[in-house]
Amino acid sequence: MRNSLVLVYLIVALAGLRSSAQDNPLAFTGATIIPISGSPIENGAMVVHRGKIVGIGPSASVSIPADAQRVDATGKIIMPGLICTHSHIGGIGGADSSAPIQPDIRIYDSLNVRDSGFKRALAGGLTTLNIMPGSGHLLSGQTIYVKLRKAETVEDIFVRDAEGKPLGGMKMANGTNSMSEKPFPETRSKSAALVREQYIKAQEYRDKFARAAGDATKIPARDLAMEGLVEVLEGKRMVHHHTHRHDDIITVLRLAKEFNFRVVLHHVSEGWKVAEEIAKAGAPCSVIVVDSPGGKLEAAEMTFKTGGVLEKAGVLVAFHTDDWITDSRVFFRSAALAVRAGMSREGALKALTLAGAKMLDLDARIGSLEVGKDADFIILNGDPLSVYTKVTETWVEGQKRFDRSDPKDLLYAVGGYGAGRDQSPYMCCFDHPGE
Amino acid sequence: MIRYSGVIYLALSVLVFRGSSAAGQIAVLGKKIHTMAGPPIENGAVLIRDGKIAAIGKADAVSIPDGFKVLRAEVVTPGLIDAHSVVGLTGIFNHPHDQDQLERSAPIQPELRAIDAYNAREQLVAWVRGFGVTTVHTGHAPGELISGQTTIVKTWGDTIEAAVIVETAAVAATLSPQAQKSDKGKSPGTRGKMMAMLRGELVKAQEYVKKRETAEAEKKPDRNLGLEVLARVLNRELPLMVTANRAQDIASTLRLAKEFNIKLMLDEAAESYLLIEEIKAAGVPVILHPTMDRAVGELENLSFETASKLRQAGIPVALQSGYESYVPKTRVVLFEAALTAANGLTFDQALATITIDAARILGVEARIGSLEPGKDGDLALYDGDPFEYTTHCTGVIINGQVVSESPQ
Repeated sequence: MRNSLVLVYLIVALAGLRSSAQDNPLAFTGATIIPISGSPIENGAMVVHRGKIVGIGPSASVSIPADAQRVDATGKIIMPGLICTHSHIGGIGGADSSAPIQPDIRIYDSLNVRDSGFKRALAGGLTTLNIMPGSGHLLSGQTIYVKLRKAETVEDIFVRDAEGKPLGGMKMANGTNSMSEKPFPETRSKSAALVREQYIKAQEYRDKFARAAGDATKIPARDLAMEGLVEVLEGKRMVHHHTHRHDDIITVLRLAKEFNFRVVLHHVSEGWKVAEEIAKAGAPCSVIVVDSPGGKLEAAEMTFKTGGVLEKAGVLVAFHTDDWITDSRVFFRSAALAVRAGMSREGALKALTLAGAKMLDLDARIGSLEVGKDADFIILNGDPLSVYTKVTETWVEGQKRFDRSDPKDLLYAVGGYGAGRDQSPYMCCFDHPGE
Repeated sequence: MIRYSGVIYLALSVLVFRGSSAAGQIAVLGKKIHTMAGPPIENGAVLIRDGKIAAIGKADAVSIPDGFKVLRAEVVTPGLIDAHSVVGLTGIFNHPHDQDQLERSAPIQPELRAIDAYNAREQLVAWVRGFGVTTVHTGHAPGELISGQTTIVKTWGDTIEAAVIVETAAVAATLSPQAQKSDKGKSPGTRGKMMAMLRGELVKAQEYVKKRETAEAEKKPDRNLGLEVLARVLNRELPLMVTANRAQDIASTLRLAKEFNIKLMLDEAAESYLLIEEIKAAGVPVILHPTMDRAVGELENLSFETASKLRQAGIPVALQSGYESYVPKTRVVLFEAALTAANGLTFDQALATITIDAARILGVEARIGSLEPGKDGDLALYDGDPFEYTTHCTGVIINGQVVSESPQ
């Protein structure tokens, strides 16, 4: 009896909390705020309301509404939630072995929102991810941009456009991962030829639509693969392109120019060799940082210096976890190792946030702490680039999604018995490297 | 051509180093020296003569003889020890020609010697050395019931003979589904079968020893390289290093060691935190999985705090870089220890997992693992807290030779 009373009280209290979190503004005060869009603010304040940032600045200059719930964040650091431009969590499965180019594949049709990888991502301070199929294909399918909201189905985590359509890019790859036996290409020339063939087909498909001018008798039959490629040709879908070796990088730029598609270069292990060319082409780079070079020939000259070299050349640089390649919980480490090898601290923090937002065309909504932007932010207990610093809270659209002081969340932050439940790693190229 | 340029560069730099510091007469001045044999020394000096540590103390108490090369650093530690790696047997390119870490032809092959496969000039060896790793316990990878022998090497020297400090350090075994065979008919296919085969082989070795010792000359069994090695395990001359992650596999490992009175090293041991009392009672050390190992499959329940929990219970614990089959091709034990320092271990305890505690577990503490007179002149130099991501390793000294001065 007594227990059930306590339970009822708890439910009422929780319901009350929830409604106040949604209806009343929340004001974080006293923190050092790193907005990314500007210089760090000592003794800063940030007000969030209904999922958006409504006020931010030095404490003295931010007016805190009377009905706001205040949170003392003195001694803490607040910065935007991290954005991973390249993740494989969610137990996904993209294109199969039937063909090297499969633009009709939507990765979200395979995604398990209960995968514990999401819990670890939140523990690492990630709030937005680009979840992609793997690199074992020239084109392995459509990627999905997700926010780490509370979710029952995949629809709950979509990032959508104004019309409600889920946003994502297109995953492509060149080099050795996407080469294999027939029907896959065995050489780099064949890889490029197959890609060109499909994009030319897509151009013709698109042109037929234009020529039909609405005449139902002339409109070509729907083709899901062609529809995907046309979205790329029209610039509606960013190409996220796996590429390591310097010549493979240049090949991507050549194809992007021929078909005028928008591209983010991913991994770029040898990007440091062709930094000027990448800068000249205006292509952003999402860089991987791993503990050692190698594992395959084309990554044998990977270096921690890549981020800094590209930054100096004027390239827009982001990092990614490539989770399962690196663990989302230590995403800050990628940026810190780049700083170790010469990148600026400012550039490295931007590379975990705003730069990634730009690569996903979401920089109007996320990536920095500014009035009007989504209230996606994290609270840290120290220098973001220190190994000793912990993410203490992760907030997505004004909702607290990770709290290190909650034992249930802590389990995923540090690991332990039961932390692996419901997970299913994406093992592309993990067991059969270099093929 | 491009892919070999690194090798050429390495070869050139070897020549340069050979020319400049052959004598091994070095003095290292450190603002903070972590000796691992007592509290850190502020403003200290380490004197290395003929490759060995000759003196260590406050800088003003150590006089530096003429002609000694002087190096300076913010922080000085003993050369780091990677308690279990596969570098040198596994290579950077991950192609068949540089992958000798696992022989798949049979489940039990203790006769495979790591020294017959170790490539002292492997780029991955140079890579880990650049972060301060001066000694590596390397050898056959997990993946077969008994995959072969391990060896302990310095990360310097052009041949295994120049690098080696312990030819055969342990026999590597795997008690996890990694060692199971998917091909029908090829054993072992289950956990029960794995234990039955391991016990069977050890019993065979017992019989072999008995017959070799007692039978008349003409009736003695022929020499058997595999059983000879297992005989050295049975007489506790060599430890058996068993890779086991699930709690039931760790428990089986302890059962096996007890039955045959074997000197055991637990390897990886992701769920060891569930069996603290049992491991402690067995007096077994743990060479723990890389802290940042992937929480997948057998390791899905791994925890950043395991090193701290083992250490708190008084169980000897060292860290390893482990074995990586893809990207990255190796981990760096410095980074793995760093994360334990952020998850329950003190700085000194975390550093001990890759210096003195690793040396003790591997039985080489008389030579390496701490900075004390008489020990090898193996040092790592840093421009700040070695565990911070943004700190650089500014120098590496092995046997009194400066093998790296380029910040890494």
